[in-house]
Amino acid sequence: MLPAALAAMTEQLAVVGNASSLHRTGRAARRAVEESREKIARCFGARPSEVVFTSGGTESDNLAVKGTYWARRDRDPARVRLLVGATEHHAVLDCVDFLVAHEGAKVTWLECTPDGVVEPATVRAAIESDPDSVALVSVMWANNEVGAVQDVRALADVAHEFGVPFHTDAVQAAGHLAVDFEASGADLMSVTAHKLGGPIGVGALVVRRDARLVALTHGGGQERQVRSGTLDTPAIVGFAAALVEATASIETESARLVALRDDLIERAMALAPDIRPSGVWQRGDGVRRLPGNVHLLVPGCDGDSLLYLLDAAGVSCSTGSACQAGVPQPSHVLLAMGVAESDARGALRLTLGHTSTQADVDTFIEALPAAVERARRAREATAS
Amino acid sequence: MRVVAAMSGGVDSAVAAARMLDAGHEVVGVHLALSQSAATLRESARGCCTIEDAGDARRVADVLGIPFYVWDMAARFKRDVVDDFRAEYAAGRTPNPCLRCNEKIKFAALLDKAVALGFDAVATGHYAQVVQTDDGRGGVRRELHRAVDAAKDQSYVLGVLDADQLARSFFPLGDTTKPRIREEAAERGFFIAKKPDSHDICFIADGDTRGWLTRELGEAPGDIVDTSGEVVGHHAGAFAYTVGQRRGLGLSRPAADGEPRYVVEVRPDTNQVVVGAADLLGVNAITGDHARWCGPAPEGVVHVGAQVRAHGEEYAATAWAEGDRVEVRLDGRVRGVAPGQSVVLYDGTRVVGSATIAASRLERTPVD
Repeated sequence: MLPAALAAMTEQLAVVGNASSLHRTGRAARRAVEESREKIARCFGARPSEVVFTSGGTESDNLAVKGTYWARRDRDPARVRLLVGATEHHAVLDCVDFLVAHEGAKVTWLECTPDGVVEPATVRAAIESDPDSVALVSVMWANNEVGAVQDVRALADVAHEFGVPFHTDAVQAAGHLAVDFEASGADLMSVTAHKLGGPIGVGALVVRRDARLVALTHGGGQERQVRSGTLDTPAIVGFAAALVEATASIETESARLVALRDDLIERAMALAPDIRPSGVWQRGDGVRRLPGNVHLLVPGCDGDSLLYLLDAAGVSCSTGSACQAGVPQPSHVLLAMGVAESDARGALRLTLGHTSTQADVDTFIEALPAAVERARRAREATAS
Repeated sequence: MRVVAAMSGGVDSAVAAARMLDAGHEVVGVHLALSQSAATLRESARGCCTIEDAGDARRVADVLGIPFYVWDMAARFKRDVVDDFRAEYAAGRTPNPCLRCNEKIKFAALLDKAVALGFDAVATGHYAQVVQTDDGRGGVRRELHRAVDAAKDQSYVLGVLDADQLARSFFPLGDTTKPRIREEAAERGFFIAKKPDSHDICFIADGDTRGWLTRELGEAPGDIVDTSGEVVGHHAGAFAYTVGQRRGLGLSRPAADGEPRYVVEVRPDTNQVVVGAADLLGVNAITGDHARWCGPAPEGVVHVGAQVRAHGEEYAATAWAEGDRVEVRLDGRVRGVAPGQSVVLYDGTRVVGSATIAASRLERTPVD
């Protein structure tokens, strides 16, 4: 956590108070929540009333996708088709699968380019095939595995031409890229605190006032009646503090991370001709690829072998997204980008953040050659 | 040493990992994902390889403070164990998939991968002992022996390990009884200390092997005949029967002498199951193939103890090897020797080796 967030949150933890209560302590808690809401809204170019607090990105995505689907279908039973990017996070993908399996939804997967980008023409074609059936378009702002950044404004504009609401999962982008909700044109935007230096367990769905949502949790009617439940005031305060700090340093931090990222990628590629970054990567580009995202394909290796060997050498990395860390599967993101399955198994994802240093990059580059050699032998040993 | 502890999520492999750590080794926990549908949650207390088991193993690794990984060997497991299991039954034999898994997966694919990654050995929660002895040439020889807990002894399913595999294997539980292992798990604070043992075949979650085979191989109705060829019943697939089986035959006509009848032969070519009286099951000669030796192959005729099924009795016998084949002559008659099972040979508590039973018969003339 960013120090400012930790300090703000721990201070608030010592304060009793339910933000829904009318008494003095309740009013104090409510003031802390609302001030946080205003800070968060300002950082995201949204109005305070557009910020709905949730438990994090997964809940925000669930509320956005299911809540919009049910609201749209209730008003027009023909609107059951979801247009969703093929490289979305499971928090979106599995909502879609659920709605298809249990709620009569249909889905059109939006294909991406080999760089992991969904083109506006793809959205247009998908809508035009049957415009009156579309409930929602959902495309993530930045991909969690390969760091590809979408042109959200262009995609949202296409959806709006047909009167279709647009959701974007901005969990990876928020705090790392300039994220302006109003300018983006999105109707709904998911964010989470822990990806930008805040606490785990709190996030928000930023949602336009005119968007229609069916609530998923029912009870006290908090958060515009769409997200009942007592608010976690300390976490919300920590979220706001982290976002304010991340936003203030976004340009300098972005430039610093891009430099580290490019150094890491170039030195890794120099080690072996077949090691390559996946997705969009251009030296110095912190706009089309997340500044701190490194994603390498290392053919001939299993990601979990690399993971073990690098972990033993003091480098923390992952193969796909952390949620897939149970049983290793080739990433659906890489497969959607057209990467061969055997190459997708050798994926290595490193995230550079506010604690990352040049020394971390050096440690990784020193450990990589031996790790790759051993991992290749391990795959050969099990291939027969 | 750097050791991979194979962790199923059960109590035995958890204690095995802990003991390796106590012994001063550098231990990394590895759970093998073997199921084709690893996303299924536990359906019953049987079996393994569910997500819940992987989670249990991970939890133990966290308690021990060791790194933990899931290695996906489902494709190898399917090819080398499940497909083999199905093909063996289809051919009228009764395979033991645990032996095959130890031979091809745990002490081959897993061990090979571990060695390639820089590990020295694999440790498992099997009940068996490795004893180091002088090899007579100034070195040490690692011998595989029965566990001290006769009721839990699993040396039978390890009888396929060769000397190279044994040299890189640890079985830290072999000197302890199962009840004591459960106590130790509780003392170590493992929440799985009371978790039920896995039984039967891990990839047949409901324990219904006949049902699984029928689904996999399809129904193939045929006749149950007696030794004179007379039809005495019907079956839905000869593959579901095992030599020595008495239950579940559903015979329409009792035997003339009123004595119980047993499966004495399975004939996949004619899809017939042959039943007969118990004394037809008694054999004293076994021919095995696919011989595997846990140390040097025996030279000449040797006196051994022979075990023909997991947790079965050990019988006095003589045996000799002829290349990949092994001939075993039992001192007495033994019932229920099923082709496809393994015959594991012992010298005292030491495992000499094993072979897959290809044929058995009754020889009237004693062997010199």
